[in-house]
Amino acid sequence: MGNTKSLEVLAAGPLTTVQDIGRYGFGKYGVPSSGALDTFSLRVANLLVGNPEGEAGLEITLTGLRAKALVDLCLAVTGGDLQPHCNDAPLSMWQSHVIRRGDVVHFKGPRQGCRAYLAIGGGIDVASFMGSKSTNLGSRFGGLQGRPLRKGDVLNATEPHEHLAKAGLALRPSVIPRYSEEWRLRVLFGPQHDEFNKKGRRRFLHCPFEVKTQSDRTGIRLSGPLIERKEGLPESIISEGVVSGTVQVPGDAQPIIILVETVTGGYRKIATVISADIPLLGQVKPGDQVMFQAVSLEKALEALERTEQIIGMLKG
Amino acid sequence: MDRAPWRNLSGDVNSMIYKHLRYRIMGDRALLVEVGDEIHAAENQAVRALSITLEKHPIKGVTDVVPTYRSLLITYDPLKISLPALKAEISKFRKRMKPADLPEPRTFKIPVCYGGPYGPDLEWVAQHTGMSPEEIIRAHTGSTYSVYMIGFTPGHPYIAELPEALVTPRRESPRSHVPRGSVGIGTKQTVIYPFESPGGMHILGRTPWVLFDPNHSPPTLLNMGDRVRFFSIQQEEIAHWETQNPWKSWQPGL
Repeated sequence: MGNTKSLEVLAAGPLTTVQDIGRYGFGKYGVPSSGALDTFSLRVANLLVGNPEGEAGLEITLTGLRAKALVDLCLAVTGGDLQPHCNDAPLSMWQSHVIRRGDVVHFKGPRQGCRAYLAIGGGIDVASFMGSKSTNLGSRFGGLQGRPLRKGDVLNATEPHEHLAKAGLALRPSVIPRYSEEWRLRVLFGPQHDEFNKKGRRRFLHCPFEVKTQSDRTGIRLSGPLIERKEGLPESIISEGVVSGTVQVPGDAQPIIILVETVTGGYRKIATVISADIPLLGQVKPGDQVMFQAVSLEKALEALERTEQIIGMLKG
Repeated sequence: MDRAPWRNLSGDVNSMIYKHLRYRIMGDRALLVEVGDEIHAAENQAVRALSITLEKHPIKGVTDVVPTYRSLLITYDPLKISLPALKAEISKFRKRMKPADLPEPRTFKIPVCYGGPYGPDLEWVAQHTGMSPEEIIRAHTGSTYSVYMIGFTPGHPYIAELPEALVTPRRESPRSHVPRGSVGIGTKQTVIYPFESPGGMHILGRTPWVLFDPNHSPPTLLNMGDRVRFFSIQQEEIAHWETQNPWKSWQPGL
């Protein structure tokens, strides 16, 4: 009922997937959250087109998506600036638009950030697994048949015409996140910071790290000065649960920021990125520079409250 | 007595269960709750008991509980529950928990086709241990094991503890592609890979059974606390076992 073919994929680019805000509560089955890396941007995009904030949208990595509207749609693009266009005209981000039947939305490539989020008024109608529509690429379920989008795919939306009146909603410019190629990520030390030597802990906070090309939705791999564990400690620890944003340091002493496709890990974690900065991890791309800054739990929660206030403003 | 109430679960007094739970923060929305510091049955049962208790009595604001060998990772919404309040709730449950909270285990008998193309490391393990491939299979199928945790990939069980004779280091260089269904050993654990994935275990064989089905509830064939026995099947029998429904195959008890 009311389920309408909304968008046809003409080209998918290197990696475009269906993601919502994640699959939570199934860690004991080894099921990671998956979901949008930059949940802030996806939530905003959804609210701009009149969807519930947790609805599924498209996560577009770096470039390449071309998609044709099959009916009139209300649509918003947020997140990294991948130069979205509608036909030949640039499409302004962080606001919703009416896209007419036959219009082609496409992305020319990254100017800022790494991933754009496209929300369609009426959402993306795919099956939900364990309460989420997110694509789990490693285990091939969720999203569109558990795989990235490809040419010829057709996405369905629920009653898209009912969302057309939402077009024109915009996020206040002063609260639109700015992305650069030099990141300052706020962290809380722990859980195993005390198992690294002093030099390692100092370097972690005072030296820049470069993002390696082997970074993907499972983790951001960094290269920089060695973050060494205390002498006499074994390379790995007994496997334990991990969350996205935690910074693990394997035997080669080069940190990896864990993202959303992992539930357990067997290496020490020196620190964990604060919740308010987690969405930024989705915009970090290979070649960027990352520095870590330690903050208090109070500061972390203040920052999270500010983020939620912005979302709250859109919810009205 | 200030003994942990669950220390008696396994009757093992050598275990290293902490007198008090140890808490470590993992950022502003996850709390690591450590029960002990070893891979050991008593620690693992304590983790499981606490995990089951938290499931029966959910704490408001908690978004997930991930039980592992000797700890639980509790993720929560810090705008709904504060860290001190969360710790207080968990500590409260620890005191209330009784060994009777643990349900009776389920025992699964898992078919494995050992050696040949399915078990590329059987020969290496034979050389390393000084046993024949037949003796390895006999040793691997001769014990009843416990599922200590699920992790790494969906439905991926960490099963322990292997008989001493089968304890080996992990592979020096992990494989980047281990086929789905592969059964491996390394340290005192044995595992089954539910998906093609990287892996550092020595592969002894393969099971035709599917260990994860996102349409099934629960989605995992094996769960923490389950008992596992392996049995050897021939290559010609794989097709037969593929048609069996593993989800209904378990039997109650040890």
